[in-house]
Amino acid sequence: MASAVIQKFKRPLLESLLAIILGFIVGAIVMAMFGYDPIAAYSALLIGSIGSLDGICESLANATPLMLTGLTFAIGMKSGYFNVGAEGQAYLGAIGAIMIGSVIHLPYGIHLAAATLFAMFMGAIWSLPVSALKAWRGVHEVVSTIMLNWIALFFVRYLIEYHYYEPGRAERAMPVLPTARYQVLGASLTTVIFVAVAFMFFAYFLLWRTTLGYELRLTGSNPEAARYIGINSTRVIFLNFFLGGLAAGLAGATQVLGRPPSWTIYKTLGNVINLGFDGIGAALIGRNHPVGIIFASIFLGILSYGAKFMMYLGVDPDLTRAINGVIIIALSLPELYRIIRRFIVGREAE
Amino acid sequence: MKIPKKLSWFIIGVAALIGILFSLSMVGIEPRDLLETTFMAMTPLILAAVGECLDEKAGVVNIGLEGIFLITAVTGVYWAEIVGDGVGGLIIGGAIMGGLIGLFFGIISTYGKAAQVVAGMGLNVFGLGFVPFLMVALWAFPGIHMFDPKLVIRTIDIPVGGGLFRLSPITIFAIIVVIVVDIILYRTLLGLRIQAAGEKPEAIDVAGVNVNHIRILASTICGALTGIGGAFMPLGWFGGLVKEITAGRGFIALAAVVFAGLDPILAAVSSFIFGFSEGLAFTVMITPGVKEVVPHYFIKMIPYIATIVALAIVGSKRFPKALGKPYIRE
Repeated sequence: MASAVIQKFKRPLLESLLAIILGFIVGAIVMAMFGYDPIAAYSALLIGSIGSLDGICESLANATPLMLTGLTFAIGMKSGYFNVGAEGQAYLGAIGAIMIGSVIHLPYGIHLAAATLFAMFMGAIWSLPVSALKAWRGVHEVVSTIMLNWIALFFVRYLIEYHYYEPGRAERAMPVLPTARYQVLGASLTTVIFVAVAFMFFAYFLLWRTTLGYELRLTGSNPEAARYIGINSTRVIFLNFFLGGLAAGLAGATQVLGRPPSWTIYKTLGNVINLGFDGIGAALIGRNHPVGIIFASIFLGILSYGAKFMMYLGVDPDLTRAINGVIIIALSLPELYRIIRRFIVGREAE
Repeated sequence: MKIPKKLSWFIIGVAALIGILFSLSMVGIEPRDLLETTFMAMTPLILAAVGECLDEKAGVVNIGLEGIFLITAVTGVYWAEIVGDGVGGLIIGGAIMGGLIGLFFGIISTYGKAAQVVAGMGLNVFGLGFVPFLMVALWAFPGIHMFDPKLVIRTIDIPVGGGLFRLSPITIFAIIVVIVVDIILYRTLLGLRIQAAGEKPEAIDVAGVNVNHIRILASTICGALTGIGGAFMPLGWFGGLVKEITAGRGFIALAAVVFAGLDPILAAVSSFIFGFSEGLAFTVMITPGVKEVVPHYFIKMIPYIATIVALAIVGSKRFPKALGKPYIRE
């Protein structure tokens, strides 16, 4: 049993590891090209992120939203859609969390749940135009989601500047009230990570253990067969983007309700921006499987938190996003694994 | 029969444009400023959209246009500073650099059998991270770089109605590219082969033409044109560089391609429409009496909303049969 499981996951695992190694190699080459010391930079990254308990907590806190935005993308891929709307839906989730968390007064517990659910709802609402355009007008989801991401950016900035700004500190929105905050576990890690992980397992259950999930996956893997057995494609479209929206909305909420010390978002949206795009990497490294995504997100969380320590060597931390891009490109190449294996083992694989 | 129909649409379009401009001038929006910005905003869109049309006709879908825009905007400025000339930067840092990215993308989509949409998105994510890194590495300052105004590509100034209408020579170049690509695609053997590579790759393979070479060529041209568009943004239009300079225009160009159903001329027309919506946003934002009433955030949404609405109106179109599929000989 155990060996069968290992056999099943061996190839995807090796492919992901290979892509990650390739990403780091390209990152090192780029750093060396511009006169930085790659080894010093990478060791600063690792020592900063996993060299201390605080670092590990911060890395996990960074990983939390990536699991969820990764899930958005993964559900899309499983259903056959390229959903890159997590970015904008996360902005909406963040402002949704503030709408309930900062303004309304409720007892602890209820307040937290209400703010979390409303954030998810806001993320999901933002997915509806994508589904409608896809189902009824055939508009490609890549274009519509990216356009909605930009509209969300301006809309949320408007809401912060005109309606939810913190008096005296106009650069950010009102922080959420103490009754709408997840408990701090250490550094900026809060109990919201458990909510995120629970949502991942909920998604796993839904996709692999229910008829609805089967319909989604069948539409993704074999649309002809899905149509033949009478699966309603409009329902699949709406369900897939809606679920993705819920996950992305929750991702936005984690940055507001579960991220000290600010407990809010800045007008620049600096603490939610690019979560959606980093999530694509998490989904692909985790092979679009909820459990895989959790581990991939932790890896990316380490990378993104540790990147801050490369700054002491003058390296811009955004380089890790470039590494993420290389990993995504490497994972898009089915031939890569075969070529490298042949190179190393000296014979044709399979 | 085909040409008169196109011509009549052209006349209707121009009449509608004059009507819109006239009615906008009633609320105090200067038509000259509006058209000037429209032509500027249209230029990178046209270049990328026409390149993508060619690429998709050949069967390669590259959604990494935004990534190419980002990277070439930086390399364009970098090379312009080295060469000491804006057009030089546009050629080396834009066309050549973009062409190399396109070549790479072509190779991985053919011989590498890449999942092209995933690879394209990877290119975008790469650009998103690489550009801020590159800006710090090159100029040791995060996120923004001002360069010598002498490097900005000179515009052609046409006196119109008591003022000057500034037209970039690159805009004229872009329009020429549209015509050239249209002729290549529909009137030459190479064009026929490009179309076959996307529609029925077996056919040209049997005829002894290498499908992969055709696709790599198309992808390289697409990259080069997109690269010129990317370098044009700082060097021909804004006169400065920020890390968010592209602002999703790579995806608006993709939308223009979808809107046009892969026809280069229609892609140019839709680029004009999207450019116009952007020009409108820019002009409205600085028009007294408007900027006080409507928060500028809503005006900034106009191009993106226009893109969605335009796509919703045209709906889905027919695309080449072998689009996005690597060619594997049976």
